[in-house]
Amino acid sequence: MNTALRVLLGTAVVAGFAWSAQAQTKLTIATVNNGDMIRMQQLTDDFTVKNPDIALEWVTLEENALRQKVTTDIATKGGQFDVLTIGTYEVPIWAKKGWLVPLDNLGADYDVDDLLPAIRAGLSLDGKLYAAPFYGESSMVMYRKDLVEKAGLKMPDAPTWEFIGEAARKMTDPASETYGVCLRGKAGWGENMAFLTATANSFGARWFDENWRPQFDQPEWKNTLDFYVKLMKDAGPPGASSNGFNENLALFNSGKCGMWIDATVAASFVTNPKESKVADQVGFALAPDNGLGKRGNWLWAWSLAIPAGSQKTEAAQKFVSWATSKGYLEIVAAKEGWANVPPGTRTSLYTNPEYLKAAPFAQMTLDSINSADPTQPTVKPVPYVGVQFVAIPEFQGLGTSVGQLFSATLAGDSSVDDALAAAQALTTREMTKAGYIK
Amino acid sequence: MARATSTQRKVVTTASAWLVGLLIFFPILWMVITSFKTELDAFATPPKFLFFEWTTENYGIVQERSDYLRFALNSIIIAGGSTLLSLVFAVPAAWAMAFQPGKRTKDLLMWMLSTKMMPPVGALIPIYLLFRDAGLLDSRVGLIAVLCLLDLPIVVWLLYTYFKEIPGEILEASRMDGATLWREIVYVLTPMAIPGIASTLLLNVILAWNEAFWTLNLTTSDAAPLTVFIASYSSPEGLFWAKLSAASTMAIAPILVLGWFSQRQLVRGLTFGAVK
Amino acid sequence: MATRHSRTRAHAAVAPSVLVLFLWMIVPLGMTIWFSLLRYNLLDPGNESFVGLLNYEYFLTDPAFFAALGNTLKLVGGILVLTVVGGILFALLLDQPFFGRGIVRLMVIAPFFVMPTVSALVWKNLLMHPVSGMFAWVAKSFGLQPIDWFAEAPLAAVGLIVSWQWLPFATLILLTAIQSLDQEQKEAAEMDGTPALSFFFYIVLPHLARAITVVILIETIFLLNVFAEILVTTGGGPGLQTTNIPFLVYAQALLQFDVGGASAGGIVAVVLANIVAFFLVRMIGKNLEG
Repeated sequence: MNTALRVLLGTAVVAGFAWSAQAQTKLTIATVNNGDMIRMQQLTDDFTVKNPDIALEWVTLEENALRQKVTTDIATKGGQFDVLTIGTYEVPIWAKKGWLVPLDNLGADYDVDDLLPAIRAGLSLDGKLYAAPFYGESSMVMYRKDLVEKAGLKMPDAPTWEFIGEAARKMTDPASETYGVCLRGKAGWGENMAFLTATANSFGARWFDENWRPQFDQPEWKNTLDFYVKLMKDAGPPGASSNGFNENLALFNSGKCGMWIDATVAASFVTNPKESKVADQVGFALAPDNGLGKRGNWLWAWSLAIPAGSQKTEAAQKFVSWATSKGYLEIVAAKEGWANVPPGTRTSLYTNPEYLKAAPFAQMTLDSINSADPTQPTVKPVPYVGVQFVAIPEFQGLGTSVGQLFSATLAGDSSVDDALAAAQALTTREMTKAGYIK
Repeated sequence: MARATSTQRKVVTTASAWLVGLLIFFPILWMVITSFKTELDAFATPPKFLFFEWTTENYGIVQERSDYLRFALNSIIIAGGSTLLSLVFAVPAAWAMAFQPGKRTKDLLMWMLSTKMMPPVGALIPIYLLFRDAGLLDSRVGLIAVLCLLDLPIVVWLLYTYFKEIPGEILEASRMDGATLWREIVYVLTPMAIPGIASTLLLNVILAWNEAFWTLNLTTSDAAPLTVFIASYSSPEGLFWAKLSAASTMAIAPILVLGWFSQRQLVRGLTFGAVK
Repeated sequence: MATRHSRTRAHAAVAPSVLVLFLWMIVPLGMTIWFSLLRYNLLDPGNESFVGLLNYEYFLTDPAFFAALGNTLKLVGGILVLTVVGGILFALLLDQPFFGRGIVRLMVIAPFFVMPTVSALVWKNLLMHPVSGMFAWVAKSFGLQPIDWFAEAPLAAVGLIVSWQWLPFATLILLTAIQSLDQEQKEAAEMDGTPALSFFFYIVLPHLARAITVVILIETIFLLNVFAEILVTTGGGPGLQTTNIPFLVYAQALLQFDVGGASAGGIVAVVLANIVAFFLVRMIGKNLEG
């Protein structure tokens, strides 16, 4: 008995030593596979040198897979991840549920007031920041200066939808495979519905009224969809109903689009001579409007957050602080040039002359981001936040289903009126089931 | 005595076989070619077949970005482990059902297949919760178990089909000669069933290798196989065709090698003439 | 001749597989059935309540349900026809001796090696895209209008992709089965001067009956659950044209983390699969034994 006890104690002591000797904290970071995040994984030496007791383990996934894994994990408290990359869609929902750790320990020189106000608002609840923005974007018009000139027009800095329609139709020449405007058509809440929701805002439409009644039966949505379908029929490329961001990027870069209205991050791709045949011919303008007070641009930020209940909050906050600090931006600039710095998070970046010199689209990006207000996204009042989405858990499914219906109008399978009626019925049904409509 | 095949027939056969093979293989060939292009060339029209700037930069980028070897090792362990484990369960079961069929054999076979009827999206959360509670999330052991169970019905079915081709008299003969069950399986059954077992093995390793839903959802980093590796190259914002092609080529390379070796087994063929 | 001793042996041989599969089936199935009776949203944990058959009601009265059902059956049927017929033809072809047979076999089997999501992406963007895809280029070279696959014939496009992926499976199984065809029978038929077509229908096809049945049954189970290819190419659209039952479960339930709804949808899918399997077994099941 005595021997057994001694052995047990001895093992415990040894285990204790081993455990404390294992001083390295391993942070498992779930992240999305966009260029900026991937770049960060190569540049972590600065962090690990300053924090030798923290090891970083990356899990890189495509956006939809990432969202599903991360949400499943945090909801079931699986504890698989220590740092999460989530967007302005999840943060309001999860912060309200108390699933995220408020980031109040980011360090003295973090300068949280430097964050762009629109982005900061989208990531905070009750004045507390729940996720630190790593990357921010809005949407804008990218156009071919040569084609616009050839059509005898001049693109204003803040065009109207009417102008865009006219310009697109003038620039279209199917014989030479030139299409006046390339817009998203692929079904998905983050694909075509992101674009259409933001566009609808500029037509005065909204998803729900103050009582959560869907608004697809209202004239504003009909105007939006009519305009969109007609424009794409007259001036859009074939295959539009399954074109998402990447397909349109490929089309624009190979010279087939006169204009492209999409995420501001695309600007760095279309002006990169290694990837774009038209790199030196691109101009930028704000997303169009109809003079109703809201433009058609959206707002999105990828941000780093820490799940509540994590045992590694201290190490995680250190990492989050490092990755979204001004210092990190300088590291990227030093190693890869200012044009590759993750955009859209800090005001100081946009007052930096070197950045403005390297990125001709910087000012337009900043103006776009600043003109989007997730807390008041529409002309008429709404009970939700979010510019190109509605920050409720049901929106992923809703947006995708409605996205399918609207994508069908582009493919010619459904009339606009039928699609709107179906969307109204579907959304009403879901919102009733979820308990929003009593 | 076999009549000599006319040369004309042989030429026609060879030509049509190669045509068919190339047509089927073309998408993969195209993918491999794309992996050597720059992103700009990857979606250029008209498509470039041979005369473009060949580059290995995509492979370099992929290798730099993710630890291919670790993912590949996980894939090998998980696919190989689950297939071998299934064989352990399935060979005796298929043997019994093929050579000692009962009234319920067909029902049993259909029941086994029915365990695969649940769409994975429906069972995701229950399985996830089970794994979480058992501490099996992100573990190779857990994945081997899941994949083994997923593929076990298929392995049983395929082995059953091949065993049924073997004339029962041979086994009876060996039994009458005094062979024990063990000897019967190992020395008589297995050699005759090698092409069948080989093709079952190959199909199963591939099914396990490419199983993306469970491997994506039940692993994070330690046990993540190549399916997760590929998922990190799919449709980010930005051009990625050439890189994805490179990553996919790297992901199927081990399987192609395995396929080449095991299809040689198929070439040997089941020649019962020799047995008789 | 099965003695009692060998009967027990046979039972013992099958028992481990049965036990293991039974546990695998019953535990998740039990949980899924239980969850399907709850109002359980992952984003709202701790608030579950028993709602009986409400989830089923919602799933079955979804306006998309019948469309999804139809698409599922169309997809499975179409792919089965393509792969089984193609598989038989290719197996016959590859059974002949010719130069480089090993390489051609590998080429025909290769599509099965590629991950389904990658295949789908390659087909969608590098081959089928109406502007920059290979098919469009071929069409234009002949002066034809390129087909916008995913707008004009989305279900067919998805079916084509999945058929390409599964053709090797059918070919491989049928090829291995063909090789067990008695050489002597073949030679006897040749000497008798039997026409090739009769030889095929009266000798080869019956010999392959069991293998064909296996291919059909196994493929059906997999094809009922086609999901990844749809997610990556069309996202279920345009409209509902490529939504099948698993995708409906995903869009309606999983996307919203509605575990109750997803479970109900899963059970409905299982019932559907059982019905399909029942009919299939009635039609071709006797080929399994004998």
